[in-house]
Amino acid sequence: MTMREGILLFPRPARRSPPALRLRVVGMGALALLIFQAACKREERGFRVQPPSASAAEGSRMTDFQPGPRTPESPVKNEYEDNAYALSEGKRLFQEYNCSGCHFNGGGGIGPALMDDEWLYGDKPENIFETIVEGRPNGMPSFRGKVPDYQVWQLVAYVRSLSGQVGSNAAPGRSDHMQTSSPEQSRPRESPKLSGKPR
Amino acid sequence: MFFQDLSGAHSSVEPATPQAGRIANLWWVMFYVSVAVLALVTAALIYAVFRRRSAREQTAPVDLSPNTNRERKATRAAAVALAVTIAILFVLLGLSFTTGRAVSFLSNESPLEIKAVGHRWWWEFQYVDPVPSRGFITANELRLPQGRQIVLTLTSNDVIHSFWAPNLMGKKDLIPGQESRLIFRPEKQGVFRGQCAEFCGFQHAQMGFLVLVESDGDFSDWYNHESQQAVQPSNDSEKRGRQVFLSSTCVMCHTIGGTPANSNIGPPLTHLASRTSIAAATLTNSRENLAKWVTDSQKIKPGNRMPPNVLGPENLDDLLNYLTSLK
Amino acid sequence: MINERSKPGKAHIETATLDVERDRAELERSWETRPGFIGWLTTTNHKSIAIRYIVTAFIFFLFGGILAALMRIQLARPRSEFLGPDAYDQVFTVHGSTMMFLFAVPIMTALGLYFVPLMVGTRNVAFPKLNAFGYYVYLTGGILLYLGLLSNTGPDTGWFSYVPLSGPDFAPGKRVDIWAQMITFTEIAALVAAVEIIVTAFKMRAPGMSLNRIPLFVWAMVVTAFMIIFAMPAIMLASSMLATDRLTGVSTHFFNPAEGGDALLWQHLFWFFGHPEVYIIFIPGTGIVSTLIVTFARRIAFGYTALVLSLISTGFIGFGLWVHHMFATPLPQLGQSFFTGASIMIAIPSGVQIFCWIATLWLGKRLELKTPLLFVLGFVFTFVIGGLTGVMLGSAPLDLQVHDTFFVVAHLHYVLIGGAIFPLFGALYYWFPKWTGRLMNERLGKLNFWLMLIGFHLTFFPMHQLGIQGMPRRVYTYLPETGWGALNLLASIGAAVLTAGVIAFLINVFWSRRHGAPAGDNPWNSDTLEWATSSPPPSYNFLYIPTVRNRYPVWTVEPDTPVVAGLRTDVREALVTHTITAAPDHRYELPNSSIWPLVLAAATAVTFIGVIFTAWAIPIGAALTFIALVGWFWPNSEPAALEAERHRSLPTGDGLSLEQQT
Repeated sequence: MTMREGILLFPRPARRSPPALRLRVVGMGALALLIFQAACKREERGFRVQPPSASAAEGSRMTDFQPGPRTPESPVKNEYEDNAYALSEGKRLFQEYNCSGCHFNGGGGIGPALMDDEWLYGDKPENIFETIVEGRPNGMPSFRGKVPDYQVWQLVAYVRSLSGQVGSNAAPGRSDHMQTSSPEQSRPRESPKLSGKPR
Repeated sequence: MFFQDLSGAHSSVEPATPQAGRIANLWWVMFYVSVAVLALVTAALIYAVFRRRSAREQTAPVDLSPNTNRERKATRAAAVALAVTIAILFVLLGLSFTTGRAVSFLSNESPLEIKAVGHRWWWEFQYVDPVPSRGFITANELRLPQGRQIVLTLTSNDVIHSFWAPNLMGKKDLIPGQESRLIFRPEKQGVFRGQCAEFCGFQHAQMGFLVLVESDGDFSDWYNHESQQAVQPSNDSEKRGRQVFLSSTCVMCHTIGGTPANSNIGPPLTHLASRTSIAAATLTNSRENLAKWVTDSQKIKPGNRMPPNVLGPENLDDLLNYLTSLK
Repeated sequence: MINERSKPGKAHIETATLDVERDRAELERSWETRPGFIGWLTTTNHKSIAIRYIVTAFIFFLFGGILAALMRIQLARPRSEFLGPDAYDQVFTVHGSTMMFLFAVPIMTALGLYFVPLMVGTRNVAFPKLNAFGYYVYLTGGILLYLGLLSNTGPDTGWFSYVPLSGPDFAPGKRVDIWAQMITFTEIAALVAAVEIIVTAFKMRAPGMSLNRIPLFVWAMVVTAFMIIFAMPAIMLASSMLATDRLTGVSTHFFNPAEGGDALLWQHLFWFFGHPEVYIIFIPGTGIVSTLIVTFARRIAFGYTALVLSLISTGFIGFGLWVHHMFATPLPQLGQSFFTGASIMIAIPSGVQIFCWIATLWLGKRLELKTPLLFVLGFVFTFVIGGLTGVMLGSAPLDLQVHDTFFVVAHLHYVLIGGAIFPLFGALYYWFPKWTGRLMNERLGKLNFWLMLIGFHLTFFPMHQLGIQGMPRRVYTYLPETGWGALNLLASIGAAVLTAGVIAFLINVFWSRRHGAPAGDNPWNSDTLEWATSSPPPSYNFLYIPTVRNRYPVWTVEPDTPVVAGLRTDVREALVTHTITAAPDHRYELPNSSIWPLVLAAATAVTFIGVIFTAWAIPIGAALTFIALVGWFWPNSEPAALEAERHRSLPTGDGLSLEQQT
């Protein structure tokens, strides 16, 4: 029982041709970058981050109806819509600042529903921003000066997630309260349309 | 100010209550027993390794049939060691049981009942009074009368926290959806510090609180004062400061009793100026710290729920005058 | 298959001449791993797979160590701004998860996967393809966690991830989902290793190695494997429940008190696993210590039966302690008292082991203080301290003060590093010659040991005091006024010394691979069967399966000790024996190299990584898994007669017999 044997612990891999190897590395690197970029945006926890500033919402239109040829405008992109932390903060603020007092958990009541496809004052981020900051006729208070800009943008992102406008990876999951409706991440996407009928 | 040196203010071995005292006694017993056991085991190990072996012990390369006499002696010694170990463990077990009963004992006398609610990342303390209008809510600072039995009922508003003031008692978790309880009787006056002891997010590390144990008279004075509404502003600057408060973000989250500010998201500020610390026992309560906190709390406690507030210098000045007047 | 001719305990021994050269050549051919990358991917050799586990786990150990160094840099000074709270939270969570799930358990099971077949005298583990699958699944889990950390998606709620903090309401994004799925991968791998170890140790032992003759290391691994099987399902359940609470379209309410769930349910489920988990890490360490002490004392173990019974009772009692992690919750006090009792009583079997080991050393020959033995001595001292603080923590009222403080951090590192890592390093020095054929450098080894010992105590001893003085766990910073700065600085300096020790180890490994003294088969003159074959062992482990007459086969080998001859050498075949007596029972064909473990692991990866994002990953993954399993189990076609011939049972005159070795 005293034979002397040896095996290679790591049999050397066959040398692959250089171009194929390079291609593989580059391909995997590109894929990794893509994953990382998406993940980084979703997972960023910004505490002192500058959101799209209030001026981004200036000049927002509530309707495309214009005299003469339509002037194209660059849409305002709310970075927070890709950010899970901002959306969950928006959800928390929605309850704490008592938006739910009138809009309930998106189903509406005293105020209009936010989880359906009807938007009285525009569904774009800049429209919703104006709605919150300026207030609207028939009962929407103006929160200018009371809610800081970056929190308004978090609320804007959350409001859009109520009707499924936000990707399900970043949208909030179920809350630790009694369940009132399906969590935002599972809401089907409603196609927004402007309805002109305030209550 | 007391913030100079907190080292005795949160120590489990400087008990200020009989409950913490019993636990500290248990600690010392276990500590000394452990030192003795460690010393014995280490000595045995060192001897075992370095003992001089006789020439006879070196002969055979491997000891396959050991000397039965020595084996018997060794077995006896091991059995004795085991018996001693079991005996010590049972004694310690018994001490644990008696200590456990002592620290959870609720005596017949009527206690001071306080309800603590954990938030991310501050402490809400509700003083429950049999006359409801005399009860009040304060934050981050607990004042207790010396010598009285305290029953602290604990729950949480969001995630699990843990209330721990080492000088006063062991810790108890604050679990959402459940209520837990701590019973203790502070017997030494002084200022003690506690901290959240269950990881609860970004600012778990700086979710502290202070406990001030005072004489009965001082405590009653404080209690009566806390039941009152906020002090009215006494000069123009303070009036303007109140106006700044009511027209800025402050009003969305804070309560100042007697004003329209009535929100429960953040700590109540009705008697802010009478507190020894701010920002959950992170900063001494001074005008300068208050200014830093109000304008950019994210710098001091990144991730906490208070937003930065950009205020013009005059507005800030007036606001600070008002806040520092809220005794 | 058993027929009436095989009587346990009676073997037919004949004297014959063995054609050693022909047998060796054929075994080499049938057991070889194909060269090249494909061969590497498809191997089913338990030794290759175990070395992979060990190397991978050690790399994760280094990553976890880097994270620990980051933490110590941050905590060295009060209010340091080196790491913000978000970064620190991810660092300590991934540090704990790495060390517990990606390093400690895999490396211990890997030592079992390498040495249990060798120590019981067989050719491979019972299910070689499953073994390969386990490694790939483990690797996937580890890569998942670190890709998460590098993309800012590292979990940040602690290695035990309490709800509601880790629930969907307070842990937005995918960080906790990555943690939950990493758990799934690593637990599958652990369960695979456990099954391998149990079946191999119970059914494939060399003839004559009855249960009361198996080495103490094998006993330790068997107890560990049983603990894995009973403990892992609890956390797989818990992490799956957490995952479904968070999953789009599913959104269960297991941990939502408002809808009938319970935040404490998580803690019970987690700690029902979590407490046995630490014994799963510690018990293999005791197996290593028993092995090393017997070798270095050069005498039989004192109290073999007591040691085995201690292992088994530790394994049992370990399942009755979990609530001691929950003493600060509002559970009824009477219930908590039972767990105080159990937590204190578990010190008894550990004490028995310590006494037996000290007795073995005491009664043994003059001890050569080589590096493995130094690590054993370091273990005894350090683990006893950890055990004593464990008794303190087991006492509910005292735990109310020190729970969730740095006192616990000190305790856990004392028992895990002292109780498992010091023995592990001793094992690495001890078995390195068996793996590579070369001894490690003694001087570097001693330097390694002393740096690690001193660095460890300098780092973690002050933490006891910090806990008593009020410093809670998982804090990214602390106020200067607390007075905790001095001890924290001392701990950070200790961490630097400890790091230097690990670096010394790495240097030693790389140097010794090239320049280490040649080891021969049995440089330590040890008694277990892995030293009865070459260093490193051939792919088939033993040319002929040995037989065993007592507990110390290598020490008592005679020129006429029988071996088993007649196992086929043209296919991979091993001997299955009776569970208790190890009398030969039947032959068992083992599979050749196969790509299907990798394919199944890929299907598993798609399933569990996909489920982080969508519930559709379950049906899709199930379909892929089905395909992979079909490939895995696809039967080989072969003539029926050949198959029948191979499944005949033993022993007499049927071609399988115990031969006297010539």
